[in-house]
Amino acid sequence: MKQKIRDILAKHGGLPVPVDTLADDADLYAAGLSSFASVQVMLGIEEAFDVEFPDNLLNRKSFQSIAAITRAVEGLTGSAEAAE
Amino acid sequence: MDMQTSLLDRLFDSGLLIDTGVEGLYGRSGAFEDVIARFERLIDAYGGRDGAEAMRFPPGMNRAHFETSGYMKSFPQLAGTVHSFCGGDADHMNLLQCMEVNGDWTKDQKATDIVLTPAACYPLYPTIAKRGRLPAKGGLYDLQSYCFRHEPSNDPARQQLFRMREYVCMGTQEHVTEFRQTWMDRGLEMMAKVGLDVTMDVANDPFFGRAGRMMANNQRDQNLKFELLIPVTSAAKPTACMSFNYHQDAFGAKWGLNLENGDVAHTACVGFGLERIALALFARHGMDIATWPADVRKVLGYQD
Repeated sequence: MKQKIRDILAKHGGLPVPVDTLADDADLYAAGLSSFASVQVMLGIEEAFDVEFPDNLLNRKSFQSIAAITRAVEGLTGSAEAAE
Repeated sequence: MDMQTSLLDRLFDSGLLIDTGVEGLYGRSGAFEDVIARFERLIDAYGGRDGAEAMRFPPGMNRAHFETSGYMKSFPQLAGTVHSFCGGDADHMNLLQCMEVNGDWTKDQKATDIVLTPAACYPLYPTIAKRGRLPAKGGLYDLQSYCFRHEPSNDPARQQLFRMREYVCMGTQEHVTEFRQTWMDRGLEMMAKVGLDVTMDVANDPFFGRAGRMMANNQRDQNLKFELLIPVTSAAKPTACMSFNYHQDAFGAKWGLNLENGDVAHTACVGFGLERIALALFARHGMDIATWPADVRKVLGYQD
């Protein structure tokens, strides 16, 4: 799941650094994720995982880090691929 | 009859606004215009000494600049483009025949290079970027324009063509956030002087769609937008009559606005919804300016 999220970030995040250089808990906004790009990432994740973010998850915090996105997607899919 | 219609009817009946048959598109009487002119002089009294560079643009902007602004990403539902007939004689005949039978004669109109200005400051950013780096003290600009937003409504405070007065500040983060705070303080003071009850609240722009929900939440989480709210058609749901916006370095990066040292400029703007302020005054003090409270009349420069 994390790798899929990293791929989406690479495609939609518009980050000035390669996603591979970012740790799971690295602050994506500090790494250059813009407000608009975070929306693109959100839409990309919804499509890839066939989920819909509810209103209470549509915020900066949910997209703060790869770990945060993973937690949000796990919550939405009901899967906990913690071992991945 | 709901309260919104009744205020609009009172405005029509008193002649302050003039019905055109389209919701949100109104004529204004001389008295209405005079209130706006006087309130603008009050704005000048507060902001005039700051030394802002005044610029006035017509209510249409360069379509290329509009496209660069990203407005269609965030507010496609509000935009208005200017289209014109660009055909020859045969096309003209078709056009007239189409109109004759009440057909959709507009479908063959072509987009021009002009888009209706959505906010007074939009033509400013490319203009300033073209000049090169900002001066050491940053930039401060005074703008006013009719603006268009496609949102038909019978709420007189939600017009499709309305005027926005703005001050825009460019500089460091500290500089522009201080500018914004100064105007939040001034806004509260100004409205108290003209006898209006106000509240200040964190706000968000009407971003489109689900992606827009996230943009709006982000904007709120970061306290990027505040609005000064005044009762116009409803005390329970007061109307935003001023807004105070901190764009971080988004516009600086988008337009290539740089400080003297080369850093990307931060920007902020304060906007006055001039019609909304005038409507708030009429709603609060009555349709007849002669009967407004003496202290309010004095602040606005009416002779008693």
